[in-house]
Amino acid sequence: MARVALRVWVALIVLFLLFPILLIALYAFNESNVQSWPLPGLSTKWFASTFHNEAMRQALWLSVRAALIATTIAIVLGSMAAFAVHRFRFFGRETVSFLLVLPLALPGIITGMALNSFFAWGTVDFSLTTIVIGHATFCIVTVYNNALARLRRTQTSLVEASMDLGADGWQTFRHVTLPMVATALVAGGLLAFALSFDEVIVTTFTAGAQNTLPLWIFGNIRLGQQLPQVNVVVLMVIVVTIVPVTLAQRLTRDTGVLRTGTGRGRADASTHAAVAAEPAP
Amino acid sequence: MTAARAEVVAGGPGRFRSARRRASAGLFRRGWLRATLLLSAPAAWFVLIYLAALAILFVSAFWRVDAFTGEVVHQWNLDNFKTIAESPAYRTIALRTIGIAAAVTLTDALLAIPFAYFAARLAPRRLQTVLFVIVLVPLWTSYLVRVYAWRLILAHDGILNWTLHKLGFGGVDIAYSNWAMWVVFSYLWLPFMILPVWVAFERVPDSFLEASADLGARGWTTFRRVLLPLVLPGVVAGSIFTFSLTLGDFITPTLVGGAGSDFIGNVVYSSVGIANNVPFAAAFATIPLLVMGAYLLVARKVGAFEAL
Repeated sequence: MARVALRVWVALIVLFLLFPILLIALYAFNESNVQSWPLPGLSTKWFASTFHNEAMRQALWLSVRAALIATTIAIVLGSMAAFAVHRFRFFGRETVSFLLVLPLALPGIITGMALNSFFAWGTVDFSLTTIVIGHATFCIVTVYNNALARLRRTQTSLVEASMDLGADGWQTFRHVTLPMVATALVAGGLLAFALSFDEVIVTTFTAGAQNTLPLWIFGNIRLGQQLPQVNVVVLMVIVVTIVPVTLAQRLTRDTGVLRTGTGRGRADASTHAAVAAEPAP
Repeated sequence: MTAARAEVVAGGPGRFRSARRRASAGLFRRGWLRATLLLSAPAAWFVLIYLAALAILFVSAFWRVDAFTGEVVHQWNLDNFKTIAESPAYRTIALRTIGIAAAVTLTDALLAIPFAYFAARLAPRRLQTVLFVIVLVPLWTSYLVRVYAWRLILAHDGILNWTLHKLGFGGVDIAYSNWAMWVVFSYLWLPFMILPVWVAFERVPDSFLEASADLGARGWTTFRRVLLPLVLPGVVAGSIFTFSLTLGDFITPTLVGGAGSDFIGNVVYSSVGIANNVPFAAAFATIPLLVMGAYLLVARKVGAFEAL
């Protein structure tokens, strides 16, 4: 009896988790411009008008640029920090880890506010740069977490073997260390891209009058404008964020010879990546 | 080392390589130098931008805005904090934010524990993978998209009321209310609760349960007296997310909360965006900061950090 109740509970939660997403995907095909249920009919007529919407295209382009630049910065700085923290014991090592996680642990509004008053204090005008600074700050940690998790699961004996065989520090890095962490870096980068592409809270404070795609969606939902086009964009956003995340999951799932743990390691690592990678909106 | 000698003997490019080798060997011996080089860029980013920004935020809470010019005056005072403490409206907003954050945390814990128990300890391997993906899908679907979906579901002419009418119940009118925020927040952060609890259930060794059974405990007693205390750190770890994310939000209150359901975040947002009063916004933003700080201290005592 208890088992049956438990199964029903799990089934209800699965429904609860998935239903809204399936439903919203359906609304993209709503024939009417009134968003009520049941849908009066299905149609793809809103797709064309959405793709010709100039404001939407500009917002999309801004989001893509911001995400690409923020991801690049995050990969460079995040992997540097991960290598340093993994390889060396130094004073303040724990502080570094804590500092990097701070932008995710603190509510997004704090990060947004802080950057906003920072730019106001320095009389910096809002631009693509200010958006990128905001995004990169919380994207660094996703790359850092992924790289560090991978480094911790690799064996230092491989590096030692490489050195014993006569490779210098750079050769060892290039031919041994980098190939071992490459997929983790790509995975972290993909997660960072998805995070940046989707971010809205920090962006409201660092964008000024510019519209990223999430800001365009937010503005239109709030004012109840252009909802048929919002529905189409929403479907597009689901696809654009799910694809890199799925890829990232695949890249970190199988780490071949580098895996030291079995079974448990997988669940732990992917859970950690998933949790740590999510923004604090 | 033979490789190095061979290069030297070969001459030519070897001379360049041995110089590089000396440099890298030097770097290898001086670990602190390499660590410094690697850390300098990320540390500079975080100290010069992020920490500086946080410091300015904290300091500007003690500044004020000139009523006539609208300019920030760098003059130390406690006016902003006084305004917040003395205004019943602001107190209500702070209490509403903290209250709903607590309710959401409790709800998610109640929803997640049975689910995670089943997923971690009872489900066969394949089902486990399926459930894992099902939990991750909403986590990785755009936050705005999910809030918007609920706005359509809960709307007066949405699918919830349509279903209730079909089933013969009257409709409910919870769109744009505190109830709507409670439902939507619980939905948004549920995966953040499920994942750490799931891992916590997974980590409990089978032998503990066998020992409990050997000592005569039945299923329910074992669950309550052995499993639950062991997964508590996981629950607290999840609650850090559910609580913190709710505290800092202003999008969900704007989109599904409607009039009269402002959160701390809404006040902060409008103080910056509309009233252009950054010092006041900064002062109000210290409330979630302090609440979260206290919460993290308690969470660390319970051992939640190891369960993250």
